[in-house]
Amino acid sequence: MTNTTNEINPSDSKNSPNALHELLFQLADDDFILAYRGSEWLGLAPFIEEDVAFSSISQDTMGHATMFYQLLEGVVAINANDLAHSRPLTERRNAILLEKVNGPGHYLVEPRYDWAFTVVRNYFYVTAKKVKMDALKKGSYKPLAEAAVKVNLELYYHILHWKTWFTQLLKAGGEARTRMIAAIEKVAEDMDGVFNLGLCEKEMVESGFIESEHSLKQQWLRLMNPILDELKVTLPPFAMKSGNGRAGEHTKDLEDALSTLKEVYELDPSAIW
Amino acid sequence: MNEKVSSQQITDDGQYQRFIERIQAGEKIEADDWMPEEYRKTLIKLISMHGISEIMGALPEKEWVPKAPTLRRKLGIMAKVQDEMGHGQLLLRVAEDLMKPYGKNRENIMEDLFSGDLKFHNVFHMEAPTWGDAGLIGWLVDGAAIISQTNMLDASYGPYARALKRICAEEVFHAQHGESIIMALAEGTPEQRAMIQDSINRWWDALLMFFGPSDASTTGTSKQDITIKYGIRTKTNEELRQDFFTKYIPRMLSLGLKLPDDTMYFDTDQQKWIYQQPDWSQFKEIIKNNGPKSKDRLRLRKISYETNEWVRDALSKEIS
Repeated sequence: MTNTTNEINPSDSKNSPNALHELLFQLADDDFILAYRGSEWLGLAPFIEEDVAFSSISQDTMGHATMFYQLLEGVVAINANDLAHSRPLTERRNAILLEKVNGPGHYLVEPRYDWAFTVVRNYFYVTAKKVKMDALKKGSYKPLAEAAVKVNLELYYHILHWKTWFTQLLKAGGEARTRMIAAIEKVAEDMDGVFNLGLCEKEMVESGFIESEHSLKQQWLRLMNPILDELKVTLPPFAMKSGNGRAGEHTKDLEDALSTLKEVYELDPSAIW
Repeated sequence: MNEKVSSQQITDDGQYQRFIERIQAGEKIEADDWMPEEYRKTLIKLISMHGISEIMGALPEKEWVPKAPTLRRKLGIMAKVQDEMGHGQLLLRVAEDLMKPYGKNRENIMEDLFSGDLKFHNVFHMEAPTWGDAGLIGWLVDGAAIISQTNMLDASYGPYARALKRICAEEVFHAQHGESIIMALAEGTPEQRAMIQDSINRWWDALLMFFGPSDASTTGTSKQDITIKYGIRTKTNEELRQDFFTKYIPRMLSLGLKLPDDTMYFDTDQQKWIYQQPDWSQFKEIIKNNGPKSKDRLRLRKISYETNEWVRDALSKEIS
């Protein structure tokens, strides 16, 4: 296998396996934890219609995580379920923005979830995901390029959904706008973590898997600026205030989430469930 | 005894007679058609209770959505609970149309739920403390729902009958989803097998109660005679419970499960299952929102309603 073909053999160590693993872990862990946060909203969304729509999106997102874990299964030779459920906190590669709780309370006890934060986080993230998928579609790792095509089909609807909420709530003025502006500030504080590609960024780009963080962010801004301008929203500067999830830095929010999501799995990891 | 039809309806140009003839001829009644008040009220009660039960029914399973043990199970249970919410929505829309003449809407349904005027199904007041319960709900609770809803597929009220067709089709998938979880546990480790037996023991009485008392003598009231009179359903509560036993008892036994009622047997002369009655006074308490999880689940809905008030306000502004 040579580098001149458009296809990279996953087992070929010359072709940046670390960079490929890192990228796949980032993609899988991002979707996995956000789908988990979405599933905590079940039964609690502002309208019954929204509950149905949002849980459909969360399912798609969990489906995308599954696709990425399955791609990893081939390259790291570990079962996708184990990758999703058993990796410790420090090995998780998701952006910290996505692990943050939906709001005060537990999903079963006094959940005072913040719909404005959920709308902004999802809208900003899904637009960044679209930009990434567009880059991956043109990327050199064929299995991932093929997965990106499938993911993109569903992202169209996700973007439409969150854009509708984002626009309507900001246009409503009053309390809704105040809450949305506060949510935008909160999301911006950690939004850079979503674009971040971690320590292997250079190799990822050189291997042609994906474009640079800078390029991804610029494309995101090109897509979002006209919408933000129309809604008279000034975007605060993006940062990684809570740390860099790509480097394995995480918060107690993720620790708690992991212990919940692997509760049954851990009763017997070798059993068939 | 159930002919509580107001004199106005009877004299109303023979409308009542024509209505009964339509039902007897197998015609479907539609939302805008004339209907006796008793029929409308029975439907509102039945359908809003069914709709809100689907929505409250999402809550016990919701506990297990984030905890499902594999990616496949996570996807499966997410899809399943989403369907339940979808059924709730579909049914509330049917109920809302019926409530229109009274100037009531979904807001009233939610308020009635919070005040306790609108009941939700007894099974959804129960605890679901293990993954085995997540499987059992799909397998047997949805299995029971299929039996009671299939009984109304030909309901005289068209919008309800049509909604049920779609709901039943999805419930079949839910029962398969639940059965698949149960089968995996049944074929698994001794701990996994113990998990299902424990769930069956816990849910047995609630499953018997699922179909309601066999007649009014048990709990004081029963709507089954009215619903049969108006062609909304055909079988009695007891007939449905017997159908459930006939379908599921052999399956439980074939999985090596022990029936929680050791006096139970099939009487070949009477062609029916003989079993110990659950405590129907407990049933009355449960549906009065005094079940083990009634308050917690109502609290979840109420918190969601309160916390999202600003969203509803914002959107109503946007529309106006």
